Amino acid sequence: MLVNRKLILAHFWLAFAVFGIALTLGAWQMFIRSPIGTWLSNPELYYRSLTAHGTVMGYVFPTLVAMGFGYAISESALQQRLVGVRWAWAGFWLIVIGSVMAVIPIALGRASVLYTFYPPLIGNVFYYLGVVLVVVGSWIWVALMSINLRVWRKANPGAPVPLAMFANVAGSYLWAWTAVGAALELLLQIIPVAAGLKATIDAGLARVFFSWTLHAIVYFWLMPTYIAYYTIVPRAIGGRVYSDSMARISFILFLVVAMPIGMHHTFADPQVGAGFKFIHSAFTALVALPTLLTVFTICASVEIAARVRGGRGMFGWIRALPWDNPMMLALAFSFVMLGFGGAGGLINMSYQLDASIHNTQWITGHFHLIFGGAIVIMYFAIAYDLWPHLTGRELIDVRLMRTQLWLWFIGMIVTTFPWHWVGILGMPRRMAYFDFGDPAIAPQALSVTLSAIGGFVLLASGIMFIVILARGMRAPQTDAGPYRFALAVHEPKTVPVALNTHALWVALMIGLTLTNYGYPILNLALSSGTSVPAVYVGAQ
Amino acid sequence: MSTRDLFTLRNSHFRIGVGITAAILTVTAIAGFIVLPFAQPWVQFAGVWDAICSAAGVPQRSANVTAPEQAKRLSEVVLTSNTLSRPSQEAIGRGATLAQRCAICHGPTGVSRADSPNLAGQYAAVIYKELHDFRSGARTNAVMSPFAVNLTDQEIADLSNYYAYLPRLPAYHPTPQLPKPNIVIYGAPMRGIAPCGSCHGSLDNKTGSPWLEGQSEAYMKAQLQAFASGERRNDISQQMRNIARAMTPQEIEAAAAYYASQPPDVVKAVD
Ligand code: HEM
Ligand SMILES: [Cu+2]
Repeated sequence: MLVNRKLILAHFWLAFAVFGIALTLGAWQMFIRSPIGTWLSNPELYYRSLTAHGTVMGYVFPTLVAMGFGYAISESALQQRLVGVRWAWAGFWLIVIGSVMAVIPIALGRASVLYTFYPPLIGNVFYYLGVVLVVVGSWIWVALMSINLRVWRKANPGAPVPLAMFANVAGSYLWAWTAVGAALELLLQIIPVAAGLKATIDAGLARVFFSWTLHAIVYFWLMPTYIAYYTIVPRAIGGRVYSDSMARISFILFLVVAMPIGMHHTFADPQVGAGFKFIHSAFTALVALPTLLTVFTICASVEIAARVRGGRGMFGWIRALPWDNPMMLALAFSFVMLGFGGAGGLINMSYQLDASIHNTQWITGHFHLIFGGAIVIMYFAIAYDLWPHLTGRELIDVRLMRTQLWLWFIGMIVTTFPWHWVGILGMPRRMAYFDFGDPAIAPQALSVTLSAIGGFVLLASGIMFIVILARGMRAPQTDAGPYRFALAVHEPKTVPVALNTHALWVALMIGLTLTNYGYPILNLALSSGTSVPAVYVGAQ
Repeated sequence: MSTRDLFTLRNSHFRIGVGITAAILTVTAIAGFIVLPFAQPWVQFAGVWDAICSAAGVPQRSANVTAPEQAKRLSEVVLTSNTLSRPSQEAIGRGATLAQRCAICHGPTGVSRADSPNLAGQYAAVIYKELHDFRSGARTNAVMSPFAVNLTDQEIADLSNYYAYLPRLPAYHPTPQLPKPNIVIYGAPMRGIAPCGSCHGSLDNKTGSPWLEGQSEAYMKAQLQAFASGERRNDISQQMRNIARAMTPQEIEAAAAYYASQPPDVVKAVD
């Protein structure tokens, strides 16, 4: 039952529109710092673009997808009209206003601080206020997800919460808590300086706050993708979820262990003690667990679909899968990219190995493969799957959809494999210019050129994606029927209270945040002499 | 089903969830704070508590380590991007009076007729820093040092504000404009040299770096050579010495000639 379709469509359209713009900037960045572009002679333009690209891709785009998808899940999984529609629109408009507010100073060159803020570099205050508004808008969504679940619980006491909604609410709680780190950094540290109330800033503390956000935010980006793995893919390919409990356990584990591990982003920072780095590193190893559970469960679910379709043999069933179904393709591509990206992640998370790739192009290669690849390709799949239910019109270009997914996959591999490689060779990230005429880096020219070509393939795929959705708005009308989620092999009749509510896991999440972040933050906040003068962007 | 049945030891999920989490936390904490610190044979700890504090990152004051004696004086000026912003009219007026004695070398309008630097419209923070350095001896020059040694803090600030206030005039003997050499536009990334303009005003300005357009070619060349040889050492954290050392003599010539030929109007405005 999708009633508030306009609301959901507005979120998706805004998400994909800003995605299109940021994607174009990304392709331009790739080109301009590669041997095929000529040097800009003004690095500031590169950093403007990079700030816009990172801010949109990191904050605005995935947040809007999670919100739109969240509203769709709430209505269709709970079979209940969304409660608080006016608030939902208010959240949407806050994001619109916040994005515009942030983008204007970026475009004027007044906030080229990159999406990680980089204090003591300080940009125009409206950039940060814009980001804060985006976050506040998303917090409204968090509250609405929680309220809608509560309303449903009242009406269905004791009933198992549908898996999609259970996971969706888990993701929203994770986001609510993880965004607190960056919010503290912005409100207590950066905005007072940007507004001229203070002239010094504790950059080390700011980095610790940011690391609080930086890891779990990637699991927030990932949530819609994992929800799609469990609750859309099996239905779309004619199978069932292998285990409902396993799915719940995975989402619960994300809630608990995604938070207390952010300091793996500060391995190279001197202001954090080695003991805490070790604890965070060890907990980082644990976060692989829910992903391994998921890969196992989804492979089993897919196998069920294949066997239902007559697949036989140890591996022969793979051929029986519906490979012409875009959802099947997207899942397969997503898993391949997740596999490679995960392998790379093992290097990032180990304290010693990290030193060899820290701040190199390896890092950008890594997160583009995981985030831009494995995660975003499922965003495409979600949009394709939901579109007919939102527009009441059929998406007829199935071939074009398959081509689009193939191009995204190929483009991402071509872009990111050489990107990793030059990182291993030591090429630093966030550089506007490389002199490939110099014999020391001339051999890397080929890899960087390949990456840039891959970037254009991605751009082409992104444009196709938007065209398919736009054409879908004008296709002949059909009745797509109610929107359904996958059923489990054994649909749960009752679920233990711990797996049907979030309270215990939210408590553990907060508890672990206190144990793993409490002392480092207090230590830095209470020591004197840790602040440095701010450096204002564009000031003399 | 309510959370009352959840947060109790009778609930096995609660026991298992909290128990496993606490166990992992304890094991990793023991490993990170006790086992691993002692596994480093090259570090000595007074005891277990000392090891824990060290691993937790408790700031430790090493007993009596003092900074090594510097053979020569270094700059002690602290600059922020707010240094001397928004001067009063009186400050500029006082500066104008004081500046009369500078005019013999730096010109009555702040544009030099000799090979001394032009000061008209230079960033205030730059003049402020250089005068402080001449006064403290971090920078020395047979002609300039005697003028600076007797200046008060107030006089230095006033002079800086006055010169920053003057309009930026073209150099006294402008030469035809030269095209940009590579060292100026690209720098030399492999040698750690950023484009000059990323600090010196045409792309961006970093506090304390002067704009260079229209300065005397001989003066700039001499300064680059002095930075390269280490004879001049008042640049904070060796920012300019590191660059000048990595430049070739040809690049020094080209950069000095290029900047000398430029009119001052390409410099970024200051707000
Ligand atoms: C055509 C596809 C894309 C290209 C060519 C591209 C290119 C780039 C480039 C060149 C950088 C800067 C790297 C550096 O200088 O260190 C970058 C940064 C980034 N990109 Fe992309 N990108 C693309 C797609 C995406 C997608 C799909 C996402 C996520 C949904 C994404 C998220 C980011 C983020 C978060 C940053 C970090 C910015 C920073 O380090 O400040 N990009 N991208
Ligand atoms: Cu992380």
